[in-house]
Amino acid sequence: MRHLWETPGGVHLSDNKAQSQTMSIGQVPLPKMLVLPLNSAFGETAKASVRVGDRVLKGQKIADIQGKLSVAVHASSSGIVSSIEPRTIAHPSGLPTPCIEITTDGEDRWIESTTYPHYQHIDPSKLCDIISQAGIVGMGGAGFPSAVKLAIDGEKSVDTLIINATECEPFITADDMLIRERAAEIVRGIDVINCALGKPKTILIGIENNKPEAIKALQEHCNGTHIEVVSIPTKYPSGGEKQLIYILTGKELPSGALPMNIGMVCLNIATVFAIKRAVIDGQPLISRVTTITGQACDINRNYEVLIGTSVEHLLELNEFNRERCSRLIVGGPMMGFTLSTTNVSVTKTSACILAVSHQEMPDSSPPQPCIRCGLCAEACPASLLPQQLYWYAKAENHERLQAHHLFDCIECGACSYVCPSKIPLVQHYRTSKGDILTARAEKAMAFKARERFEFRAIRLDKIDHQRESKRESRKLFSNNAAQQRVSGKPPLTASAEDIIKAAQLRIQTKQISPEKQKAKLERTLIAAQMRLEEAEQRLADVLDSGTLDQQTQHKATLEGAKQKVDKTQQRLAKINLQ
Amino acid sequence: MINLLIDNMVFASLLALIGLGGMFGGLLGYAAEKFKIDSDPVVDTIDQLLPQTQCGQCGFPGCRPYAQSIADGDAINKCPPGGQSTINAIAKLLDITAVPLDEEHGQEELRTVAYIREDECIGCTKCIQACPVDAILGSAKLMHTVIEEECTGCDLCVDPCPVDCIDMLPFTTSIDTWYWPTPENTPPSTNSTYTEGHSS
Repeated sequence: MRHLWETPGGVHLSDNKAQSQTMSIGQVPLPKMLVLPLNSAFGETAKASVRVGDRVLKGQKIADIQGKLSVAVHASSSGIVSSIEPRTIAHPSGLPTPCIEITTDGEDRWIESTTYPHYQHIDPSKLCDIISQAGIVGMGGAGFPSAVKLAIDGEKSVDTLIINATECEPFITADDMLIRERAAEIVRGIDVINCALGKPKTILIGIENNKPEAIKALQEHCNGTHIEVVSIPTKYPSGGEKQLIYILTGKELPSGALPMNIGMVCLNIATVFAIKRAVIDGQPLISRVTTITGQACDINRNYEVLIGTSVEHLLELNEFNRERCSRLIVGGPMMGFTLSTTNVSVTKTSACILAVSHQEMPDSSPPQPCIRCGLCAEACPASLLPQQLYWYAKAENHERLQAHHLFDCIECGACSYVCPSKIPLVQHYRTSKGDILTARAEKAMAFKARERFEFRAIRLDKIDHQRESKRESRKLFSNNAAQQRVSGKPPLTASAEDIIKAAQLRIQTKQISPEKQKAKLERTLIAAQMRLEEAEQRLADVLDSGTLDQQTQHKATLEGAKQKVDKTQQRLAKINLQ
Repeated sequence: MINLLIDNMVFASLLALIGLGGMFGGLLGYAAEKFKIDSDPVVDTIDQLLPQTQCGQCGFPGCRPYAQSIADGDAINKCPPGGQSTINAIAKLLDITAVPLDEEHGQEELRTVAYIREDECIGCTKCIQACPVDAILGSAKLMHTVIEEECTGCDLCVDPCPVDCIDMLPFTTSIDTWYWPTPENTPPSTNSTYTEGHSS
């Protein structure tokens, strides 16, 4: 018997699991439409590799990886791509995001695929590549690309592989049912991951003790292997990655660290199953087991659902009663989010569609003031101070929030659950996290903008310099040419000495003798006087018959002519004096 | 030599003091050169707080000149893109009272992004020259386009455009930039109210 550690905090919830476990995993009739979102949960969008009107086969890749955290998307059934456009997906924001819509043809014909039954002989990096190309993400809820988790480089080594089968949220039974029915395949999947990680020393399956049948099934198939099935006490949220690692190994994950940093990899059991399908059977991730439950549905059952099937289709199948439903939730009651419309599709991370009745989850009463009872601090599985965080979140004091380790909050909702004042504490933390991350992103953007602005200043300066030097060289060239015309000598080459000589020469040639200057000035004076007379004549004409505009214009001309005469006379007088 | 020093204590101590003085002087001089700070650190810190839109709404040709001016005692409320949060941050840094934004320089608005209606663009390159962060791509007589990620929404490209084909569009929230709104503005949509009402 393995020694188990106990996590702080946590809450005991009523299971509500039995109602969806009366029947085996069902098959869903093929829907007419499948809507497959292109984005992964981590902000990167896959690149569609098909066009509208293309015929696709089941399992065909329809979107490629683009960036490290995006995942490939595959057609869940055969049919025709009927549109590629933004659609609302199962996401708390309810915002549209690019999706590929496939109109199914009913044939459900598979594409030819490569299987790797001898995975033991494949290079770990090649295995990661197969997993990545199969579009596999963490199916527990976060949706982190599994290949990224499994990609180990030379420096890091993994000594513990933890398979998360806790399924600690109420209502959800998808993993439980998957284990009961397909334990053999799961154990093979674990072996695939074992090979991909370079055979870690310890392999643990953490499963809550409220799933005796699943534990039994796993133990049967794990006999004779070094996989250890560990039954852990039922307490929410034991299924959190950090919590499960602590319960099983007693090691605490440092703040901000990944399990990889302490030599561990933690995978959800449904992901393990998907990896088995991808590697051994050559089937990409196109379906998952989803629980449809809640009193607003007459049938509560688990189904193997094609990714992209609409929630509407599933609810109809389960005799959903809209009047009875108080809220439609994707995920569990603790961490899930409410859907505003049923016209969204099941994604790779939708483990549960929960249609609760008014009786199961009555409408919330408005939050009351905090009475400082401290129950939230007792319930927090991350040993944070929810009350302090709440005050700081309300005051938008980002510095203090971070000092109180807001980012270690796993958003499990235990604090909100125990709060006697019904304060939506987790909502405040989520908002604050978003605020802080946005502020960081803005800071990064400002930094980039400043760099670009400074670079532009340097660039403009450089251009100015170039222009200046070009003008200099042009000037020199034209001067040389002029000098050549005057002296008949060949043009000078541009050395400093030559430039000085050229300049001196220029000054000499420009100076003309006083006699010549005098003659020139006299000529100018005569011309100016003639112009003056002419202007006087014109003004006289205009004064009689012209408009006011013409008069002012001619007056100005006259003034100009007068000045010119005066100037010339002055210069002439100067020369005469000399 | 040593004897001479021992005999003339005054001379010896003088020599020692001069020697020490010279040594420390040299050391300080070297340190001043070696650890020289080129620009005013206060200006740098203020500059870090400004939004770097380089829009010139404050009346200065860019964010850094305004930071310099604030360090020299100018008002801190001339930056509309930064808004009240920037004013508060600068006030905190300089330990002065935060004041509301000076409306003379503009109002705090939502972040925008320039968008060129490409079929109307005549390719005059005027907006390219106006853009303070080189976020517009294009060439003479060819269509121009804005690199959305680099645009600071400064508005400076709008005026030079001779055919008015540039729109300032509000920055839209996508699924990647979205985050949970504050609970007060929205009916609680998740976990917060899960109660154990069910009994089967």
